[in-house]
Amino acid sequence: MKRFFLAAAFFALLLLIWDAAFRARIWSPVLLPSPWQVATYLKNAAVDGTLLKATVITMRRLLVGYFIGLVVGLPVGLLTARWKLFGDTIGTMALGLQTLPSVCWVPLALLWFGQTEAAMLFVVVMGTLWSVVIATETGVRNVPPIYRRAALTMGSKRLHMWFKVILPAALPFIVSGMKQGWAFAWRSLMAAEIFVTILTGFGLGQLLHYGRELSAMDQVIAIMLVIVVIGLLADKIFFSPIEKFLHRRWGTSQA
Amino acid sequence: MFRHKTGSITEELEVIAPSKLAIENVSKSFQSASGTVLALDRVSLNVAEGEFVCLVGASGCGKSTLLNIIAGLEKPDNGTVLADGKPITAPGRDRLVMFQESALFPWLNVFGNVLFPLKLKPNLTNKDRQDVAKYYLELVGLTRFERANIHELSGGMKQRVSLARALAPNPRVLLMDEPFAALDALTREQLYGDIQEIWKARRKTIVFVTHNVREAACLGDRVLLFSPHPGRVQEEFKVELARPRDINSVDLAAYATRITKALKSLGKTATG
Repeated sequence: MKRFFLAAAFFALLLLIWDAAFRARIWSPVLLPSPWQVATYLKNAAVDGTLLKATVITMRRLLVGYFIGLVVGLPVGLLTARWKLFGDTIGTMALGLQTLPSVCWVPLALLWFGQTEAAMLFVVVMGTLWSVVIATETGVRNVPPIYRRAALTMGSKRLHMWFKVILPAALPFIVSGMKQGWAFAWRSLMAAEIFVTILTGFGLGQLLHYGRELSAMDQVIAIMLVIVVIGLLADKIFFSPIEKFLHRRWGTSQA
Repeated sequence: MFRHKTGSITEELEVIAPSKLAIENVSKSFQSASGTVLALDRVSLNVAEGEFVCLVGASGCGKSTLLNIIAGLEKPDNGTVLADGKPITAPGRDRLVMFQESALFPWLNVFGNVLFPLKLKPNLTNKDRQDVAKYYLELVGLTRFERANIHELSGGMKQRVSLARALAPNPRVLLMDEPFAALDALTREQLYGDIQEIWKARRKTIVFVTHNVREAACLGDRVLLFSPHPGRVQEEFKVELARPRDINSVDLAAYATRITKALKSLGKTATG
């Protein structure tokens, strides 16, 4: 409870400083709107549905692409860990492509797919895929051989070995790869939405872009806040419980 | 209509006949940085049904390799290993291994670990599996900790869970690879008592690898001395003491002294 109040006090203090800076007129109100203006924009956008619609469009792109990245990345990671040939070829390629900032996929996606949903999806998948492949590969390679040997003597083999021993043993690595993939996908999707206007739907990135075009700073800051909150929620609702479970089971220190 | 008749839990817990092992002329070599190392050189030995045999020797004398071969985890270059007259070609549930470092699965709790081999055993209902797991956790005295995570256990408790997990599918042979090496003396002494009791209750053929001579004399019906480079069975000691044996007894110390002496003279011939 004490921690909650301290955190709340911290954010209240930030708002106060912001408000004070606005009142002092150090910068033009066009460049720095007041917290109230931003709040008003958020309220209006929420009431007329713009915000919800944009959030749904963005989240749909993100989740579909992320899901594809996971579904493809996990088995590919297993293959690269299991067979040298895959490791030397696809594994090396994955390592290379993972170092490529995922926003760099945007120009290529635009030329290949044009201004379509497919371009968005492609960027998100590329952001997710390589992190998941590499994390899965590393995780599987780091499974202590003794688990495998113990499981062998108890009669585990093939699919049972993969699903009941190797994958669970690699889980801490895989989850951190999933988290990294999520972060990369989220960043690259925002970059893509800001660069590209596509007529099948305006996402949060596009709202941000139009805020800049119209010099509507209240909109720019409001949308940035929404993006921050979505990132926080994804962490708290999805990744945090999984990580807590892993820490409790494995006995690794709570970060 | 075609439901399998499941064996009742009493049937599952019935004490089954332990295996007899025949190891004939087994050789095994490894490639290392300094060339080929002959880990086992024409090793032959027989283990009777329900016998407790300890393999003693300096580290690197191939005793663990022999254990892995009996487990079916490694294949010998030459020679055969027979369990009840049948050659061993692969790991099997009838020969379970209890490893030195805890090979327990950290993603499962204590109960889940003991349940793991039972889930791989066909013709049991889930209720049977749970009951069998509970029985063995009670046998090793860890009923209270069945929901605990592995990292929350002490070293001794971990090895108790390992023992329960190895016993759970009711194997005929129990292979133990320095299971107590990492434990403190007090915990070890208690486990010596427990393992003798459990062995009496569950009648297994046990092959026990250790470098601790006293431990070997305390537990084994027979103690086999391994020489390193190449690994051979050098000498055999029959320990004829009544059970349960106390690790601190004077008679046992006499045996241990004899074996240690033999072990030391081996070291001399090997280096000199």
